[in-house]
Amino acid sequence: MRLAEAWRVALDALRANRLRSLLTMLGVVIGVAAVVVLVAIGTGTKRKVESQVEGLGSNLLIVVPGQVTLGSAPSVSRLSLADVDAVSRVVGDRSRVAVTVASGELVRAGNRERFATVQGVLETTPAVFVRSLGRGSYLTRSDVDTGRRVAVLGAGVARAVFGDRDPIGQQVTIAGVRFRVIGVFAPLGQSLGVDRDGEVHIPVTTAHRLFGTTRIDGIAIKAPDRERINQLGDQVVATLRDRHPETEFSAVTQEQILGVLGDILGVLTGVLAAIAGISLLVGGVGVSNIMLVSVRERTREIGLRKAVGARPRDIGVQFLLEAVLLTSIGGAAGMALGVGTALVVQALSPIPAAITWWSLALAFGVSAAVGIVFGVVPAQRAGRLDPVVALRSE
Amino acid sequence: MTAAIEATGVTRTYELDGVRVPALRGVSLTVPEGDYVALVGPSGSGKSTLMHLLGGLDRPTSGRLVIGGRDVSRLDPADLARLRNETIGFVFQAFHLLPRTSAVDNVALPLVYRGLGARQRRARAAAMLERVGLGHRLGHRPNQLSGGEQQRVAIARALVTDPAVLLADEPTGNLDSATGQSVLALLEALNADSGVAVVLVTHDREVAARARRQIVLRDGVIV
Ligand SMILES: Nc1ncnc2c1ncn2[C@@H]1O[C@H](COP(=O)(O)OP(=O)(O)O)[C@@H](O)[C@H]1O
Ligand SMILES: [Mg+2]
Repeated sequence: MRLAEAWRVALDALRANRLRSLLTMLGVVIGVAAVVVLVAIGTGTKRKVESQVEGLGSNLLIVVPGQVTLGSAPSVSRLSLADVDAVSRVVGDRSRVAVTVASGELVRAGNRERFATVQGVLETTPAVFVRSLGRGSYLTRSDVDTGRRVAVLGAGVARAVFGDRDPIGQQVTIAGVRFRVIGVFAPLGQSLGVDRDGEVHIPVTTAHRLFGTTRIDGIAIKAPDRERINQLGDQVVATLRDRHPETEFSAVTQEQILGVLGDILGVLTGVLAAIAGISLLVGGVGVSNIMLVSVRERTREIGLRKAVGARPRDIGVQFLLEAVLLTSIGGAAGMALGVGTALVVQALSPIPAAITWWSLALAFGVSAAVGIVFGVVPAQRAGRLDPVVALRSE
Repeated sequence: MTAAIEATGVTRTYELDGVRVPALRGVSLTVPEGDYVALVGPSGSGKSTLMHLLGGLDRPTSGRLVIGGRDVSRLDPADLARLRNETIGFVFQAFHLLPRTSAVDNVALPLVYRGLGARQRRARAAAMLERVGLGHRLGHRPNQLSGGEQQRVAIARALVTDPAVLLADEPTGNLDSATGQSVLALLEALNADSGVAVVLVTHDREVAARARRQIVLRDGVIV
C-alpha cells in the first residue's frame, strides 16, 4: 500500500468518529500546551533575571568575605573603610570602587513610615552600578567625608512616606535620626525577588554612626576592561588576604553570577517541562486506549482488508498512522494553544513568558513520538489479527 | 488444464479451550483453471473451513496445499496476503463491504494493496462494476444499495484483480431467491466469459446441480 493512501485511510477513520477523535486529541492538546506554556514561563523568568543582573552594569567585580557557594552561610565581615582604601589603590581609581553596609531600618516622614533596606554607600555608586535618579541629586564626596545626614530614597520608599508630595528637601527619620532627602531613584521594580525600590542610600560614614559599626559588607568594582577583570579580582583578593590572613575572600564576576543563576533556572525550566510532560504522557495513554477500541470496532474491516491482500504490515502502518495523526493534530493544536496562552500570560500578568522555538519543536516532536509509542501496541495487534477470526467477529 | 488449487490430505483441527475440534479430516481435491465447482454439505461439515484454506486465509493443520503453484506451508503471512491478492477473490455471505466507502472504492480496495495509483484503481473498478451491471451506482454507499446490488459490488471487488479462483461461501444466503438467482447467473456468466474458476458453497440442490461438478462434504471428509 502506498503511504499517501495509508494517510488518507487514517484521516478517514478519524473523521468517522469526529467527537471521539477530538476528545482523544484534547489530552494531547493539553499536554503540549502545558509544555509550551511552562517552558515559556521558565525561559521568560530566566531571561528576565539575566537581564536584571546584566542591567547592574558591565564589567562588575563583587568582592565579599567568605566563599561564594550556593547555600553557604555568609561569613561575618571584617572589612573596613581602610580595606576599601587599599582596594582603591590596587584598582588605581577610587571612583571605580563602591561599597555597601546595609541594615533594615524604619523610615518615617510625618505619620507615614515604611521598612527599608538602608545602605551606607560611597558617592561612587552611580558610576559602578547602573542606577538612575528620578529627581534631585546623588550623594557627594563631601557628604561622605563629613558624614552628612542626607538620603537618597528608592521610588517605593518615597511613595510610601511622601505620597504625591515632592520629597526633595524634606525631612525623614531613619532609625530615629533625622535626614534630609536630596534625591529619589527612578523606579526599578523587582530583581531576584528583592524589591529594589525599597532601598535608601546614605553616606557610609553616616551609616557607620547610625548602625554603630565600622564594617563593610561588600565591595563592588567596575573593572576598566573585560580582559583584566579576573586578574584584578585576584589582585584584590590577595590584597585583602594580606590584611586579614584569617579570612577568606572571594571575587565574583557578573558572568559567574549569571552562570549560577542560569543553571538554577535552567533546572527549574526542565522540571516544569517534565511535569507538563507527564500530562502529555497521560494524553498518550488515552490515544493508546482509543486505538485499541478502534482496532476492536474495525476488526471485520481488518479481516476484509487482509482477505483482499493487506499484509500485516499494511494494517499495522494504517493504525500507527492513525495514532500519529491523532497526536500530531493534537500537538499542532496544543502548540497554538500554548503560544496563545503564553502571550496572554506575558501581556496580562507580571509573569514573564518567552516562547522558544526549541520548546515548540520538542513538544511537537514528543507528541508525534507519543503517537508512535502508544500506537505501536494497538497497531501490532491489528496487524496480527487472524483474518478468519476477524471476518467472523461481530 | 493446469490446477489453480491442489489440496492433498488436508486437515484442519481447531483448538477450543484445550479441546481439539477436527473440522477437516483429510481432504484431497483439485480445482482446475476455469472450473465451476459446487461445494455442498450439512451445516458444520467444514465447508467454510475448506474455503478459507483454499483461499489462503488459513493454513492446514497437516497435508499439502498448493495455491497458484505455491506451497502454502512455505509462505509467511505477508506472502500469503500477496498470494490472496493476486490469485484469489472472496465473496462472503455477509458481503463485507466498507460501510462509509463508495461502491467504486470498495471494488478498488484490493488494488490499493497492489500499490496502484488512485486513478488507475478507479478506472479498473468502474469497468468491473460496469460488468456486474452496476455502472450507474459507482458513487453509492453500501447502505444506499439493495442486498443484491451489494453482493454484486462484492463480486466486482473479488474479480477486479483478475484472480484465478473466485471463492463464494453461500453468496445468496442473505438474499431473497429471485435476487439470489440473478447473482448466481452473474457468477455463471463471469465463469463462462472470463474463465475464472468458481468454487461455490450452497445449500440449494438446484443451484448445485447447475455446476460442472459437485463436491459433498460430511463431517470433514469428502463423500
Ligand atoms: N474458529 C473455530 N474454532 C473452533 N471450532 C470451529 C471454528 N470454526 C469452525 N469450527 C468448527 O468446525 C466445524 C466446521 O465448521 P465450518 O467450516 O464453519 O462448517 P460449515 O461452513 O460447513 O457450516 C464446526 O464444527 C465448527 O463448530
Ligand atoms: Mg459455513
